[in-house]
Amino acid sequence: MKQVSWSGIVLAIILFALAAIVPLVANGYHLSVAVTAIMYVALATSWALFSGPTHYISLASGAFFGVGGYLVATGMSDYDQSFWLMAAIAPVVAAILATLIGLATLRLSGVYFVIFTLGLAEMVRNLVSWIQNNFLGSRGLYVLTDFTEAHIYWMLLAVCVVIYIFGWWLSHSRLGFALRIIGNDEAVAKHVGINTALSKVVLFMTTGFFAALVGAIIAPRYSYIEPNQVFSPELSFLVVIMALIGGTNRLWGPLVGVIPFTIIWEIISSNFSNFSTLFLGLAFLLIVYVIPNGFVGLLEKWGRRLRA
Amino acid sequence: MSTGRTLLQVNGATKRFGGLVAVSGMTFDVKEHEVMGIIGPNGSGKTTMMNLISGELRVTSGSIAMQGRQLSQLPAHKVSRLGVARTFQLVRILPGLSVIENVIAGGAFGHSRRWGDDALHFAQTLLDRLGLADHMYQPVGALTYIDQKRLELARALASEPQVLLLDEWLAGLNPTELQIGIDLISDLRKEGRTIILVEHVMDAIRSLCDRCVVMNSGKKIAEGKPSEVLSDPEVIRAYLGDE
Repeated sequence: MKQVSWSGIVLAIILFALAAIVPLVANGYHLSVAVTAIMYVALATSWALFSGPTHYISLASGAFFGVGGYLVATGMSDYDQSFWLMAAIAPVVAAILATLIGLATLRLSGVYFVIFTLGLAEMVRNLVSWIQNNFLGSRGLYVLTDFTEAHIYWMLLAVCVVIYIFGWWLSHSRLGFALRIIGNDEAVAKHVGINTALSKVVLFMTTGFFAALVGAIIAPRYSYIEPNQVFSPELSFLVVIMALIGGTNRLWGPLVGVIPFTIIWEIISSNFSNFSTLFLGLAFLLIVYVIPNGFVGLLEKWGRRLRA
Repeated sequence: MSTGRTLLQVNGATKRFGGLVAVSGMTFDVKEHEVMGIIGPNGSGKTTMMNLISGELRVTSGSIAMQGRQLSQLPAHKVSRLGVARTFQLVRILPGLSVIENVIAGGAFGHSRRWGDDALHFAQTLLDRLGLADHMYQPVGALTYIDQKRLELARALASEPQVLLLDEWLAGLNPTELQIGIDLISDLRKEGRTIILVEHVMDAIRSLCDRCVVMNSGKKIAEGKPSEVLSDPEVIRAYLGDE
């Protein structure tokens, strides 16, 4: 319903240009933080495309991300396939998996959905570990490529651009509007003619697709991959917290959450690693009690007060 | 007014919830341009009947058809797309959307499928008609109760439904608002819309309905003109009990 705002487009292009030159000016450590940050921008933004409007909090990002990383690793390590082929296959596999999970879980609502996605993600992790340990011989897999951190960064930036364009299209489309109505009142959504199950599955699938794509692209960074590590449930929680801290009512909301959070997370994990879980808990409390609509929601509230 | 062809046919519709039979063998027709009232004491199955028509619930047996198309096995969104719109007994507006978005929501997916400028203009026209023009871009939290009800009606009308279901749309209004509400539905009736309404307000039933179906314990106990059915001894007994 909104008009195209030229200032918004110009701002987006400037931000993109600034983001694109980061690897040229940042050195090893800073670039590595930047890669982590842009990875979470992609994950949190694509997560919010579905969970933002519908309020279906999915804790399955880790599973889809893991599918991406694991398929690249197993394809390259055990079956001698190229990185590009595996990076193309992985998101499709994750999208199919997401469709199946979506069909099974999206009838559930509220906390049941949250728990179910977490459980399913754990199940996928254990299943893959079990198959890997019992049938495929080795425990870990090597992902050896010529990619530098800068290459990975630029690939992830490209993914982010695609996610933002998709998100912008979505917010102007009937499908996006349908998701907002579903998030407001699912009974009304059905009675105004929305196929709620289909709308939710389509978006859940998209989220799974992007999470796996990110997982596939980031895999070369780790060189050595174990299922238990790449299917980390911690990642699912981080994605949710970052997106919620930023705010999910705007497309650029998660971005606002990811960057400060990644930096703080990086500092805490390297200096006080024992406190990282504590920090995660505090961040959760902060969201629930202080900024239910994220930083962006807070800024908009202040903006309204100033104008009023 | 009831000279049109038959639009909706309910034939032996029955709904069981476990051992409870909420609606039992209901049979009635609704003609085009007709306002049909469904009345009866509390718990007689009126809202369940509405939910069966709108696809919220599926019939256990029997059928509901609109212009020869079966509605009774379709999910709610498909029923809506075929042209059945409804309001809810407890008003349900979309709190996170603006007033005008609430109306557009009614038209974007259902029967009329309006989108973009077309949807916007149509929604403005509807809000204008229902007296909500001043609230168009407000959040819905700012609306009074009757305005919320108007908004819900505007949302239902946005899909240009063939059949409009009003589930106690007049309930909870004060006497002044009630008159406004009755006039509004009366206008819709003059436009020739087909409406099924569940209502407790007897004045509204007398002045608005062409015909009424009276339900008691899930069954139809009378059908006919409001003045006739309301003086039917069995209807009086259902409402007031035996002497």
